[in-house]
Amino acid sequence: MSKELLNIKDLYVNAGDKEILKGINLKINKGEIHVIMGPNGSGKSTTANAILNNPEYTKVQGKVELEGKDISNLKTDEIARLGVFMSFQLPEEIPGITVTNFLKYAKNKVTGKPVKIFEFKDELKKYMDELNMNPKNMDRSLNVGFSGGEKKKNEILQMLVLNPKLAILDETDSGLDVDAIRTVSKGIELFKNDENGVLIITHNNKILRSLKVDYVHVLVDGKIVTTGSQELATIIENEGYAKYKN
Amino acid sequence: MAKTQLEEINRNIYDFKNKDDYDYKIKKGLTREIVEEISKQKNDPDWMREIRLKALEIYNQLEMPTWGPDLSELNMDEIATYVRPKGKMASSWEDVPEEIRNTFDKLGIPDSEKTSLAGVGAQYDSEVVYHSMKEDLIKQGVIYTDMETAVREYPEIVKKYFMKCVPINDHKFVALHAAVWSGGSFVYVPKGVKLDIPLQSYFRLNSPESGQFEHTLIIVEEGASLHFIEGCSAPKYNKVNLHAGCVELYVGDNAYLRYSTIENWSKNMMNLNTKKAIVGKNAQVDWVSGSFGSHISMLYPMSILNGEGAKTEYTGISFAGKDQNLDTGFKVIHNAPNTSSVVNSKSISKNGGKCTYRSLVRIMENAKNSKSSVSCESLMLDDFSISDTIPTNDIRTDEVEFSHEASIGKISEKTIFYLMSRGISEEDAKAMIVRGFAYPISKELPVEYAVEMNNLINLELEGAIG
Repeated sequence: MSKELLNIKDLYVNAGDKEILKGINLKINKGEIHVIMGPNGSGKSTTANAILNNPEYTKVQGKVELEGKDISNLKTDEIARLGVFMSFQLPEEIPGITVTNFLKYAKNKVTGKPVKIFEFKDELKKYMDELNMNPKNMDRSLNVGFSGGEKKKNEILQMLVLNPKLAILDETDSGLDVDAIRTVSKGIELFKNDENGVLIITHNNKILRSLKVDYVHVLVDGKIVTTGSQELATIIENEGYAKYKN
Repeated sequence: MAKTQLEEINRNIYDFKNKDDYDYKIKKGLTREIVEEISKQKNDPDWMREIRLKALEIYNQLEMPTWGPDLSELNMDEIATYVRPKGKMASSWEDVPEEIRNTFDKLGIPDSEKTSLAGVGAQYDSEVVYHSMKEDLIKQGVIYTDMETAVREYPEIVKKYFMKCVPINDHKFVALHAAVWSGGSFVYVPKGVKLDIPLQSYFRLNSPESGQFEHTLIIVEEGASLHFIEGCSAPKYNKVNLHAGCVELYVGDNAYLRYSTIENWSKNMMNLNTKKAIVGKNAQVDWVSGSFGSHISMLYPMSILNGEGAKTEYTGISFAGKDQNLDTGFKVIHNAPNTSSVVNSKSISKNGGKCTYRSLVRIMENAKNSKSSVSCESLMLDDFSISDTIPTNDIRTDEVEFSHEASIGKISEKTIFYLMSRGISEEDAKAMIVRGFAYPISKELPVEYAVEMNNLINLELEGAIG
């Protein structure tokens, strides 16, 4: 079996008329954690959104493969059902749908199997304990009235429950305090195994202090300008992105 | 991304219809002869016949409403006013004619009864054909029957209350109703009797070109309590159908009444319904109202808080699709000190449908220390649907707490993307958002009706993604 999970090939993406990604190449194998760092506006979130084919963005050239299958033009929900998950920078609020019901519904869609309610609730409770989440949140409307930290934890909870092949974390660490960042790192460790992969998108390296990663990519102006190991993040933290900019 | 288009829904499960089979149908249009004939057919006592004839006079004098949706499609000369199904009142399910029974079976009526409901009065066209009530209710003196029987067997009660809460001259369609009313439910709950399971009735219009004018009269005496549920449904015909029912609720001192309706009319129905409640001292009436279907609806339930400390809550939702104009809302008159009203209204419009929330809050000079809070939210599923809010607030004393909040929103593409990223299809994502929006209403309904409402939402949202 091939270890290849995600393969982005020479990807160009526009938002409206604006060129954002200008030839991205990125390969993630099973069992790996990758990080994309970069200054604001460099195209980090666009990369995440393009993988899930967000209709707000247009792929101009190139393609995205998941386990060798071209997913460039699939609908977002189809991509999700093939095993791609994204933790949102700003998770949406959905009034009237509880966290439990939402996740039960989504899990059924993702796995294509009926969800056994008691088992499911136990699983949910276990993960919420691990993430220091208030169990009462299970019965609240999805993200409605949640604090920033609660929303991010709820994204990690969804990742654990839906158990995708590839988890993309878009700025999950931004705006979180040290304890919450640790909780997120813990969630990633809980999720991670040899058969799945993680792509972390961040503009600082706080989360990398409590998490071991395999590759760090630096994205500037729509291109990956350098790739290195975890140490690269420390260098960036000290020196900034200046030397990668033209 | 291409815009999502929700096609006209498949209403097959609601649009089944029986062949137009009835043993009696009067000629079209409305004259004194017709009203007298109706009265004769029904063996009305004289006092009821007089009410009908007086109402006809008023009907002929009153003009059509000059506000609200355009009713010019309505031609009263074309509408036969009275249709009676085959068969007389039946006391058990098996006695109901088979064709009619099949219709009710499809609507799940006997199942509802089998589970938790105390009694069923189902109206098929213009007469109640099926009726039952648990024996212990009868022992407690609770009366639950059709209006015709009530006129015959409880004339003193009916005479005292009939068309007193809703005066005959209220508007043209009330006058019409009073002239030709037929069928409906009568409930009398004696002093101090508390019913802990709901009573329900189901109305269904089955004949093309016929109006339905059922009358619901509910009296909950001092200290008594009742939950009454009414469901309405009509299959689809090409010609315009008219529904001009009337609901009168009397809630005595310290009494409680909860009145829930889900109206699911076919999309050619003109639904011009009038509902009012008079509420006594420290008493409470709660309205839960779901309006689906119909071509045009004008429906504004009203609570008249006459007793000190009286309360009312209105929880309503309407859903308008293509060619639908639902003009609904709530009216409340605070007519005594320390009264309170809470309104929570929601509307959903799609595919060019129009929802209007039209309301009245009137707080009289004597209603010191009263409170009223109104919240109305609208959700539009596309760029060419319409939503409007027309509140009238008439507050005649300073010593009140009053608040009104209104919001109009759309489903954002971002929210849909978020849900789709969890493996949920675009169509399911929209239905989920709408169900969530409607949840504060559906949670107020008995479970069978909440399920039916969710099914209706799913039906309404079913369609191709373009």
